[in-house]
Amino acid sequence: MKRVYVDEKWCLGCHLCEYYCAFANSGRSSMVKALKNRKIHPRIRIEGDNQISFAVSCRHCTDPICVKSCIAGALSVEEGVVRIDEEKCVGCETCVLVCPYGALMPSESGVMQKCELCIENAGGKPACVAGCPNKAIIFEERA
Amino acid sequence: MAKYVIIGNSAAGVACVEGIRSVDREGSITLLSSEPYHTYSRPLISYLLEGKTDEERMKYRPDDFYEKNGVDARLGVRVTEIDPSEKTVTLDSGEKIPYGKLMHAAGSVPFVPKIEGMETVEKKVTFLSLDDAKALADALTPESRVLILGAGLIGLKCAEGILSRAGSITVVDLADRVLPSILDETGAGIVQAHLEMHGLSFRLSDTVQRFEGNRAVLKSGETLEFDVLVVAVGVRPSVSLIENAGGAVRRGVATDETGRTSLPDVFAAGDCAESYDISSGQSRVLALLPNAYFQGHAAGVTMAGGREELKKAIPMNAIGFMGLHILTAGSYTGETYVSRDGENYKILFYESDLLRGFILIGNVARAGIYTALIRERTPLSGIDFALICEKPQLMAFTAQARRDLLSKRQ
Amino acid sequence: MPIDFLYPEYEVVRDASRCIACRACERQCSNEVHAFDEELECMVSDESRCVNCHRCVSICPTRALKIVKTDHTFRENANWTGDTIRELYRQAGSGGVLLSSMGNPKPLPVYWDRLLLNASQVTNPSIDPLREPMETKTFLGKKPTKIERDEDGRIKTELTPQLELSTPILFSAMSYGSISYNAHESLARAAEALGIYYNTGEGGLHQDFYKYGANTIVQVASGRFGVHKDYLSAGAAIEIKMGQGAKPGIGGHLPGTKIVGDVSRTRMIPEGSDAISPAPHHDIYSIEDLRQLVFSLKEASGYKKPVIVKIAAVHNVAAIASGIARSGADIIAIDGFRGGTGAAPTRIRDNVGIPIELALAAVDQRLRDEGIRNTVSLVVGGSVRSSADVVKAIALGADACYIGTAALLALGCHLCRSCQTGKCNWGIATQRPDLVKRLNPDIGMRRLVNLVNAWTHEIKEIMGGMGINSIEALRGNRLMLRGVGLTEKELEILGVKHAGE
Repeated sequence: MKRVYVDEKWCLGCHLCEYYCAFANSGRSSMVKALKNRKIHPRIRIEGDNQISFAVSCRHCTDPICVKSCIAGALSVEEGVVRIDEEKCVGCETCVLVCPYGALMPSESGVMQKCELCIENAGGKPACVAGCPNKAIIFEERA
Repeated sequence: MAKYVIIGNSAAGVACVEGIRSVDREGSITLLSSEPYHTYSRPLISYLLEGKTDEERMKYRPDDFYEKNGVDARLGVRVTEIDPSEKTVTLDSGEKIPYGKLMHAAGSVPFVPKIEGMETVEKKVTFLSLDDAKALADALTPESRVLILGAGLIGLKCAEGILSRAGSITVVDLADRVLPSILDETGAGIVQAHLEMHGLSFRLSDTVQRFEGNRAVLKSGETLEFDVLVVAVGVRPSVSLIENAGGAVRRGVATDETGRTSLPDVFAAGDCAESYDISSGQSRVLALLPNAYFQGHAAGVTMAGGREELKKAIPMNAIGFMGLHILTAGSYTGETYVSRDGENYKILFYESDLLRGFILIGNVARAGIYTALIRERTPLSGIDFALICEKPQLMAFTAQARRDLLSKRQ
Repeated sequence: MPIDFLYPEYEVVRDASRCIACRACERQCSNEVHAFDEELECMVSDESRCVNCHRCVSICPTRALKIVKTDHTFRENANWTGDTIRELYRQAGSGGVLLSSMGNPKPLPVYWDRLLLNASQVTNPSIDPLREPMETKTFLGKKPTKIERDEDGRIKTELTPQLELSTPILFSAMSYGSISYNAHESLARAAEALGIYYNTGEGGLHQDFYKYGANTIVQVASGRFGVHKDYLSAGAAIEIKMGQGAKPGIGGHLPGTKIVGDVSRTRMIPEGSDAISPAPHHDIYSIEDLRQLVFSLKEASGYKKPVIVKIAAVHNVAAIASGIARSGADIIAIDGFRGGTGAAPTRIRDNVGIPIELALAAVDQRLRDEGIRNTVSLVVGGSVRSSADVVKAIALGADACYIGTAALLALGCHLCRSCQTGKCNWGIATQRPDLVKRLNPDIGMRRLVNLVNAWTHEIKEIMGGMGINSIEALRGNRLMLRGVGLTEKELEILGVKHAGE
């Protein structure tokens, strides 16, 4: 299965992945409409300083500890993609407590959100991958 | 003969089903539950009262869970006996069900202390099950004065759940602080102040000496009038079935890393069973949902002939009240790193080059990075300790470690 | 001093209705043009710092940015233009030599654009390159002038060392130091993938790139930086750089601030010391001296590699080339006055040297007249901008073309001509690690391969149209060229007829 992989060697810390993510998950027709004058809540986050930076989003683990730990049964694995049912989530943040990558974070509404590889969005490449100007985020199958 | 019989329909029982099915798609599974409900998330009962979820959404697994997994779910039946020599369980109806492998995931029961005059209290509930929550909801009116016994996880979650449905809430606990099992003094102070700001009253280092109908007389001499009593002083692991069958029981059912009890082909998991806590080096009951799942899953895989062990169990809690999140994990021993900024509080416990435990209040973002350090027993000398103290971040790791985390399949 | 105030040349136009204040422009501008104003809660710009490199424009996710030339103006004057006045002010303020980068931007004649290509009609059929084989393979090096046989009458097939190119294009010399590690890696990997060559320039060869040696031309220039036996043996050919089109007669100067880490190691000079390449080679004052160096290098590399001598196109280029052809060199590279550079004195760049088209025609003719054209191959560079330029160069007599600026453009260069600042926002002409990483060689290499493949397709298409199926048959075939709007003299030098003739 294709997953998102990050190579910090090429990350420029431009944060564009965050904006493309927030836009892709906004359901709006243009980035301006979606993001102008708003604080964004992307599912991918850049970590780092001026020298080293890298994007962190859900790794879609084969054996995801967040899914096992979710007290609400809101997290599940569908065809390899770790998904969240935002209707079921109560925002207890147990997943935040267990995710070793720090990849889950609350949405604007307080329940959790996470990268779902844009399967509900544009299709094909996740928006962060398509928007990365330097191929620091790659969507491919790795053993 | 059912190949697998599971007693219990909560996290450990469901995990056991999923564990079995990850190895064995065929063997028949019979699941027995004293509650008549489709599997639901027990910790969500406070959110149900709060209106953040409903009975439909709080189902722990989808409606077709039993069907899809080939589970004969017999809901609303009580098991009265396990016979390990005959390999049968007996139901309250007298029916005997034979098993090949048995999972005992019976959970826990509320502990109700013996207090003088308790029988005189008109409306009293415990707070562990869906039925408890429904009973409490029925008992409440917008004017109700609620008295909660116990300032632990259950008592305070209950308080949050009913905050907007009750007139007033007073919490009494013998301990000198709230959430004494998971918070230190400073943390407890922050949480208590936050709860008081939202209208809760506390009587700490105090206890109810006797009840006189709807009046509680405290040890301090104070008298509290109330309409509804919630008893939330703690839970006791349900161990009697195992005990009566001759199985080893300490605080909870004794198990090995695969969930195996001392009885042949009998496994136990969840709130009724003990786990080996790597952060303290002791076997103890880790009554928390994630651990119940890990243990139930490992046992399920093992029951079906696969290999899975619960190797990294630690205590951990995610809880929050009115927007204030509290995440804790591990043991509170060793040296500490502390930072505080208003309601944001962090204390890290470390010793022998390992992170032992932490308490985070307020800003809890990415706490799992800390939890993983405890679970994986990552030597602190191999990471940038100053950065990790500052906040949970992958920057604290070496470039190679980051590559392993972010550029490899997980 | 108010006299020194120069109104910014460019203005940053930010469409406020589109800007979402993502601050990508701010993070990506090494010139610090953009900033987020916390008070105004919007992005602001300091256009005085803008070099018009388009980095911000290119990455802006909402297309909210554009850069325009300011309409602020001096009183119109065809003689004293704004640029002239500005440069004068700068010199009056600083007392310094003006520095510039990349090629001559002045509106001097571009002869490529005055030359038109032929195509077949009716009497000689054109060839469809999609259906029929079309050969672009090129060998550079000495060619025998006649067939020779051994005692047994067998034809002698052994040639002096040759460079084999899949297509008549090479990446021209750009040193590691003047351009980044990642730019070099992109060029090296692309050369390998394409079956062509890139050139180290006078910066030595980074240890990591020895593995691309089979597609590398190693350069020996007047500073001799990074030259040692392994280096000379590492490449497929050795180039002696006598001159450069952008700054004929001038040496090079890479400031000490760029001599850091691997650059210092690769050049074999101490960190922080200026890398000064003298204007002349101090051991070359004649063709005889040059011959000594050519053979020293051949000796050092076991006579296994062709030696290239690169010169700038200057007034008496034909006579110089004739001398070089007799020096033992296998290939002569000629760099025209529009060639690029990482830094050159502006006045030199803009006023010294001659157009490559005229130099090429003159050299090719001279070597033919002297009967020594086959003893050397000719490679020309200095603003070869497209496949059409390549075809015209070959028709004028070149064996192959060096492309430098075009290759940098493929890597992302936007020709802002600010290489000398070392703050290249595209990660090319810089050694700042945070900027260097902007050029991911996986992308850079792919784009270079795309470019050269595209040009090769076009070369085949153009040759097919002329009814020519091999680059051999195009070389020096000036009948395929016609001039437009050129004087008799120009046509005479170029050796082409006027259109209509």
